[in-house]
Amino acid sequence: MTVVTTGDWTRARPQPNWLARLFDYKPFLVLACLTPALGLLLVFLTYPLGLGIWLSFTDTKIGGAGKYIGIENFEYLLEDPQFWGAVFYSVFYTGVATFGKFALGLWLALLLNNHVPFKSLLRAIILLPWIVPTVLSALAFWWLYDPQFSIFSYVAVDVLGIRSTPFDFLSTTWPARWSLIAANIWRGIPFVAISLLAGLQTISPSLYEAALLDGSSAWQRFRYITFPLLLPILAIVMTFSIIFTFTDFQLVYAITRGGPLNSTHLMATLAFQRGISGGELGEGAAIAVAMIPFLVGATLFSYFALARRKWQQGESDD
Amino acid sequence: MTDTAAVPEGKATATVAPDQMAWDSRTRRLVTIYLPLALFVFVLLFPFYWMTITSFKPNAELYDYKKYNPFWIGSPTLDHIEKLLFGTAYPRWLMVTMGVAICSTALSLFSSVLAAYAIQRLRFKGSQYVGLGIYLAYLVPPSILFIPLATTIYQLGLFDSPLALILTYPTFLVPFSTWLLIGYFKSIPYELEECALIDGATRLQILRRITLPLAVPGLISAGIFSFTLSWNEFVYALAFIQSSEKKTVSVAILTELVSGDVYQWGALMAGSLLGSLPVAIFYSFFVDYYVSSLTGAVKE
Repeated sequence: MTVVTTGDWTRARPQPNWLARLFDYKPFLVLACLTPALGLLLVFLTYPLGLGIWLSFTDTKIGGAGKYIGIENFEYLLEDPQFWGAVFYSVFYTGVATFGKFALGLWLALLLNNHVPFKSLLRAIILLPWIVPTVLSALAFWWLYDPQFSIFSYVAVDVLGIRSTPFDFLSTTWPARWSLIAANIWRGIPFVAISLLAGLQTISPSLYEAALLDGSSAWQRFRYITFPLLLPILAIVMTFSIIFTFTDFQLVYAITRGGPLNSTHLMATLAFQRGISGGELGEGAAIAVAMIPFLVGATLFSYFALARRKWQQGESDD
Repeated sequence: MTDTAAVPEGKATATVAPDQMAWDSRTRRLVTIYLPLALFVFVLLFPFYWMTITSFKPNAELYDYKKYNPFWIGSPTLDHIEKLLFGTAYPRWLMVTMGVAICSTALSLFSSVLAAYAIQRLRFKGSQYVGLGIYLAYLVPPSILFIPLATTIYQLGLFDSPLALILTYPTFLVPFSTWLLIGYFKSIPYELEECALIDGATRLQILRRITLPLAVPGLISAGIFSFTLSWNEFVYALAFIQSSEKKTVSVAILTELVSGDVYQWGALMAGSLLGSLPVAIFYSFFVDYYVSSLTGAVKE
């Protein structure tokens, strides 16, 4: 008797159709959910990454299949002063720009961490350089660096009278290099400042109060409270910043295109010049592949910084 | 959110140090906080000011600093903008950029919602490794991918088609959005889903009716972020698109408008200004989401 009633009760439930049941079957659902993302990433990221490494060992040109030539591309690059110039400038550009971005960005974050009026408006304005497409702000910098009509030259020569000739921003090697670094720092400050500001706001004010009671100086509070507690987030932001500065392309391509005399080529712009404009896909791929060791180094740095953070906060690895 | 946190803090410091003379602390604040802050804002905004002022200056004023004050516009003109809108294919480039940005954002949001849900909520064996793999994908920059990607795109027959951009932009949008959404899903109590499971909802119903509505702020953040990143993208658009009418704004300005030795700075700056406006406006509506996504992604 009781058996029959339970049977009736089960039958009374609305039965989902086979499609709904299929989508409720967990292994299938997991697979279905991961397919779009993983499919896109495998086809347009993992496969090209492997293909790029393969291409760097071939003499492929645009419009023709290449054949395997071993490490000939790399041997050629090792003796190519232009390649070494690009490696040098990439490292120099990344080093100086990262230092500048973090010094100024940290300063800006500390300033914004004070109680200032219109804080959210300020924050919104400060992020603008980061929102605007790089190429478009790079064009503005190009115009600001114009040999004849640069506003900086106008101010220095005609208003302040501290120079007799206009600045020469982009036509010689070192000024061009520094001008590009300045533009990169300008664009990078907002990201660093806003990320670090978020880190600063997680630091409990009671720590500062305790330190104040102990009679600490402002520098001691920064050195022994702010900096150590900011270090984990600083490490992550720095890793991202290093990776994206090292592989920067837009700024240099828009302002100098690697000139004057190829002195401002980054590895990415050189790879583009050789690989796409010059048609030597194999050689361009070899230059791109040569960037990978640097990126792996930065990633390992990030991994260990993250591990350290979890250890500090006593979190379990999840 | 941050303001409410900052207000009590400011009050606290005011009560902590009452012995300081008010005048002294005010000058001190002026020199150590407001002055540097004003300088930062000036430096960060000056290029935009210059861009704006250049695009409304007549050519006579643009190239003669002696006669006209370069910091101001004597007689503003819309010549450059008119030339840009009616003399070039600029409106078309804007449409292409907009279309590509919207489609790739939609595509990557769709895939990352599903992926994040699977990784965070379905908890299958090895889900953390998939998550780590997606995170690592974010560390692969477009600069090392564009050469092999160009050959892949060519093999797929997508060369010189906006579809190539729509399909390749998710490579850097999906990892970011997935991580952001994993963080958001984590903050939604799992008990809500358990209740729905007991009530007999299917997993997809739970995702649609419970998880997604609660994750709307996360979706908006990921959407805005993806949109600005796609609008900003340059290397792929430069390498994969050849015909003038299919170019995106950034590429087109640099390859079509910069020509010869005499640069039309008025038109170039007007183009940059118009090209920046859509993202800037879009961004201004959702600043808080944007900031939270930026900082949230970093904290994850």
